[in-house]
This record gives sequence, structure tokens and C-alpha cells, in this order.
Amino acid sequence: MTRILLALIAGGLFGAGLFISGMTDTSKVQGWLDVFGNWDPTLAFVMGGAIIPMAIAWILTNGRKPVVGGEFPSPPEPKLGRNLVLGSILFGIGWGLAGLCPGPAIASLSYGGWPHWVFFTAMLAGMVLAPMARAQLDSAVPAE
Amino acid sequence: MLNSIPTDWLYGLGGGLLIGLGGAVFLLGNGRIMGASGIVGGLVDGSGKSNMAERLAFLAGVFLLPVLLYPMFSDVDTHATTNIAVLIAAGLCVGVGTRLANGCTSGHGVCGISRLSLRGIVATVFYIMAGGLTVVLFRHLLGVI
Repeated sequence: MTRILLALIAGGLFGAGLFISGMTDTSKVQGWLDVFGNWDPTLAFVMGGAIIPMAIAWILTNGRKPVVGGEFPSPPEPKLGRNLVLGSILFGIGWGLAGLCPGPAIASLSYGGWPHWVFFTAMLAGMVLAPMARAQLDSAVPAE
Repeated sequence: MLNSIPTDWLYGLGGGLLIGLGGAVFLLGNGRIMGASGIVGGLVDGSGKSNMAERLAFLAGVFLLPVLLYPMFSDVDTHATTNIAVLIAAGLCVGVGTRLANGCTSGHGVCGISRLSLRGIVATVFYIMAGGLTVVLFRHLLGVI
């Protein structure tokens, strides 16, 4: 039960932060990416603000266990790989096209209107298709 | 001094702190990395069956808080495109791309960079570059978005 409650609180903080920061406003996200237009630096403040508590949290994991028990995630893998690069490029293209990424896409569903539902549905479809895309890639050019 | 800083930047910083606090609660409380694409993706491709309730509770929070906050703010507009082809193409790219890369702005960006994960940093460099080039191409050269 604690696990569920903490997940709800974490999600609530995330959703509130996305709403207040302006990251559900596609013009602010595209404004950040638009270095040759009317550049909007807001996203850098959001990222900076988010990384501070998160960095402290990572430091606090040292020598501790999660509140609900179990283990903390293992240290990050140093291996980069093709899927990381190709996937990130594909994600960046979609992010630039619509100005939405997965978190803000969910946070904005209640007030963004129908375009947000179209994007969200297509994103879910993409996530369903992703394992197939990965398998195709691996059979064409096996990851090392 | 605060008067000289655009309000949007302060809201960005404040909202960012809340985002990071959410990630901190999820990590220190549940031992999980707060990555939106992984949490949703695990639900739709079946890989997250073992902790479905936790994922749904997190997503309920993400969805519901803006519902509560929305009436307190005036003129909230998401300025989303109404071009259906662009919305569908963008959604598919984000869905496939984030799952292939195993993360998005929250997982690779916020949670990865904050622990100096090389994968998180490299992913962030690539999606920002790809996003920037996409906006240049589709806004300034093609005029689609």
C-alpha cells in the first residue's frame, strides 16, 4: 500500500511540476529547440531545477535501502549502443514535431483538447510497435 | 533582482524543482527511476505486469494534479498543432523512439544526467539535436509546424 501511495505522490509532484513549469505548452518546448528562431530558454531552467533534488536523491541512496524495501537501481551501464542513439534521434524528431514528450503528453490530457489525445494514442501505438522495431533492427544489423 | 527575471523562467525553475522532488520520492521511496516512457511503455507492451498497480498510481498522479491546478491558472494554452498527420507521426516517433532508447526526457534527462550516467547524457544530446534540426527543417524550411 505504501508503494502505491508513494507512486501516486511522486506522479502528482511530477504532474504538478510539468504543469507549473510550462512544459505542457508545446510552444515553449519548440521554442527551446528553435535556436534559429525566437529562442526560449525556459526548458533549461526546468531541467536545472529538476536535476538538483534528483542529484541529492542519488547521493542519499548511498548505504541505504528504499523505504518500501528492495534495492536501488544498479549503477548506470557505460555501454551506449545503437538502439540508444537511433531511439533518441527518433524521439527527438517526434518531440520537435509536436513539442510533446511522454510526461507532458499525459499531464496535458485533461485540458489540452483533442490534439493531445491524438498524439497520446499514436504514442501508445508506437510503444506497442517498439519491440517489433527493435527485433527488426537486431535481425538486420545485430547489436554487438 | 527578481523583477528582472522573466516570470516564465521562475515558473520553470519552480516546476522543475517539483519534477525533481517527484523523482526523488519515487527513487528513495520505491527504489524506482522516474521515467515516463518506461512507466507507460511497460503497461502497453506487457513488460511491466509485475508492478502494474504502482505504474497506474504514478500515472494517475501525473494526470490528476493538472486537473486540480488548471482552474487556478488563467489562460493556459498548450498551443498544440491541429495537423493530424503531424500529431500521428510525432506520437509514433516518440513512442517507438523512447522505448528503443529505453528512456525520454525524464528517465534519461532528469534521472540520468543527475547521476552522471553516460547513457543519459548521450541520449539527451541526441534527442535535443534531433529535435532542434526537426524544428529548423519543418518550421523554417518547410513551414509545416
